[in-house]
Amino acid sequence: MGFLEKLIAGLKRTKEAFSKKMYQLFAGRELNDEFYEDLENTLISSDLGVEATEQILEEFKDECFKRKIKKPEDAKQLLKNIMIDAINYDIQEYSYPLVILVAGVNGVGKTTAVGKLAKYFVNKGKSVVVAAADTFRAAASEQLEVWAERAKVRIIKHEEGSDPAAVVFDAIKSVKAKGTDVLLIDTAGRLQNKKNLMNELGKINKVVAREFPDCDYRTYIVIDATTGQNALSQVEAFDEIIDMDGIILNKLDGTAKGGVVFAISVEKELPVCFIGVGEGIDDLLEFDAKFFIEELF
Amino acid sequence: MGAFSGLSERLSHIFSKMKNKGKLTELEVKQAMREVRIALLEADVNLSVVKEFINNVSEKAVGDDILKGLNPTQQVIKIVNDELIRIMGGSHSKINIADKPPTIILMCGLQGSGKTTMCGKLAVMLRKQGKNPMLVACDIYRPAAIKQLQVVGKNANVPVFEKGQINPQKIVKEALKEAEHNGNDVIIVDTAGRLHIDEELMDEIKGLKKTLNPSEILLVVDSMTGQDAVNVASKFNEVMDITGVVLTKLDGDTRGGAALSIRAVTGKPIKFCGVGEKLSDVEIFYPDRMASRILGMGDVLTLIEKAQAAFSEEEALAMQKKMKTNSFTLEDYLVQMDKMKSMGDMSQMLSMIPGLAGKLNGKNVEVDENKIAKSKAIILSMTPKERQNPDLIKSSQKKRIASGSGTSVQDINALLKQFSQTQEMMQKMTNMGKRGMRGMKFPF
Repeated sequence: MGFLEKLIAGLKRTKEAFSKKMYQLFAGRELNDEFYEDLENTLISSDLGVEATEQILEEFKDECFKRKIKKPEDAKQLLKNIMIDAINYDIQEYSYPLVILVAGVNGVGKTTAVGKLAKYFVNKGKSVVVAAADTFRAAASEQLEVWAERAKVRIIKHEEGSDPAAVVFDAIKSVKAKGTDVLLIDTAGRLQNKKNLMNELGKINKVVAREFPDCDYRTYIVIDATTGQNALSQVEAFDEIIDMDGIILNKLDGTAKGGVVFAISVEKELPVCFIGVGEGIDDLLEFDAKFFIEELF
Repeated sequence: MGAFSGLSERLSHIFSKMKNKGKLTELEVKQAMREVRIALLEADVNLSVVKEFINNVSEKAVGDDILKGLNPTQQVIKIVNDELIRIMGGSHSKINIADKPPTIILMCGLQGSGKTTMCGKLAVMLRKQGKNPMLVACDIYRPAAIKQLQVVGKNANVPVFEKGQINPQKIVKEALKEAEHNGNDVIIVDTAGRLHIDEELMDEIKGLKKTLNPSEILLVVDSMTGQDAVNVASKFNEVMDITGVVLTKLDGDTRGGAALSIRAVTGKPIKFCGVGEKLSDVEIFYPDRMASRILGMGDVLTLIEKAQAAFSEEEALAMQKKMKTNSFTLEDYLVQMDKMKSMGDMSQMLSMIPGLAGKLNGKNVEVDENKIAKSKAIILSMTPKERQNPDLIKSSQKKRIASGSGTSVQDINALLKQFSQTQEMMQKMTNMGKRGMRGMKFPF
């Protein structure tokens, strides 16, 4: 399957739910209060949250008024553009050696995302090492090991319960010695209000900065598309500890729309970099705001 | 985020412009419900559930007499809170035990909701109740899922039955035989995470239900789930006819509106909650606490109950007296810290205090275990007199204590500051405790 087919297949269910509503919304409707209320409901039902919904709605209303837009088709295009603008960021190209730290709360799919990222870089012809810095969850490193085999990349791991920062330290040493292009770090799931665990993450972060200052270092937070407004609190807390560079929006193959990324965008300029659309090793795609929105409508 | 102060402030603002006539008028209710709607949506309650809820509550509220001692804001929140409790209510937090053993519990849910961990927690809970549970590994898809259940089983000290990645139907049939052979009276079946719209996998788990005829089918749901919770829960319920719901990751800072949504669309009880990473971190579901959480009200009840469990009654009485007379000393503080540890995560405790929940946001006042150890060392390096009267501790004493405990003067200062804050907090807690016991649920 090619890139587009995969994206379309992965987003199909998301699209079905959302675009049906959007279609009904814009089908020959007059732009009156009832219409705006329906639109508001659609956005809120997609987890955009009250604030992002209001902002988008306000801008939409203003523009409709300013440009004297009457036709539903024109209005739809306008809404698309507003929504694209809301989550469209320029993402800096990677340079190598590259280190990506993958963090997030429990159960969002970090290990799976690391496995898929490994394949993504292998496909680009890069050499990759994955570091099993989730030494806490039972069998996490075994899980990553399976992904490493699938992607045919090296894995650095220690015993369960060992110091995750030490795993990262060893991984960096190995990557430097062998001149590996990409190091991917899988970390344990941690709820953002657990201070000790968050500090542990800070420690891992420091190890990378100290031991590998000349690498291109990116930190990604994995967000489950099913998550509601709590994702905001997740981003805030993780960003405070390790200064996040981007989001991996996972589990978009369900019926959830991941609308919370709009809410996040209102608070923080944090781009979505990848989306996860399935459990296969190739089910991780670069995020493209325009395409994402087009697919939703 | 201080959502509670948010809602109550906004409501107060509305009502401040109106004369209190002893009854809630239609206009007042309408305006207030606009704020309640936002609060519920911010807590991730599903939009259609919110709408229906607001309609019901509005009908009840208009013309309602404002109770003595309450202002209109409190009255509205009381009505909303009561209705939330009513909807989520009923006491169902028990495992249905089969008339004839074994009792079979089938777990289901989306990927990453926490099924495997919850299997271990339920096993520990049931073992404490004198049962002899066995875990069965039926997640044949996710890499190392079986291994994870094995580790969980080992930690929970219960046997784990696995047959590798073969057809789950075969696994459960053999597991039934094995359980009979070994005399396991409870069988907990862990299954793969699946999307509710994945027909193939939904058929698979439906087949397991048919073979097992379980007395409990528990849907495991991440408490951080957003608007989609209704789709997930209603589909699982439609296919599996679940017997109950387990909410996980409630130790996070989520408002957990999904609980209300799920209850409303499935009508099935929420039975248990996962509240931490340890296998003992499972609680029964309290609708009243969930209601205050959704409204962002901080959970006084949990706090009081936890405190009660950790302190013996006598200790509590002595402590209460000290708090009342303000003779709470650093020595008591030392004892306190050990108690607090046994109560569980301090930040969790603190976040339950109304008014603190929003302000702290788990940042400043949170006490971690290392800090407790440090604090203990500092107090132990003080003379008994100093422990009784911290005012005696001046800079030369501080230097001595610092070198004695291997800390710095800043650490001593921090501890003393924290101690005085704790004194204040203790005062606040006793006051709240008293009010709580009189049935006042709205400490504002």
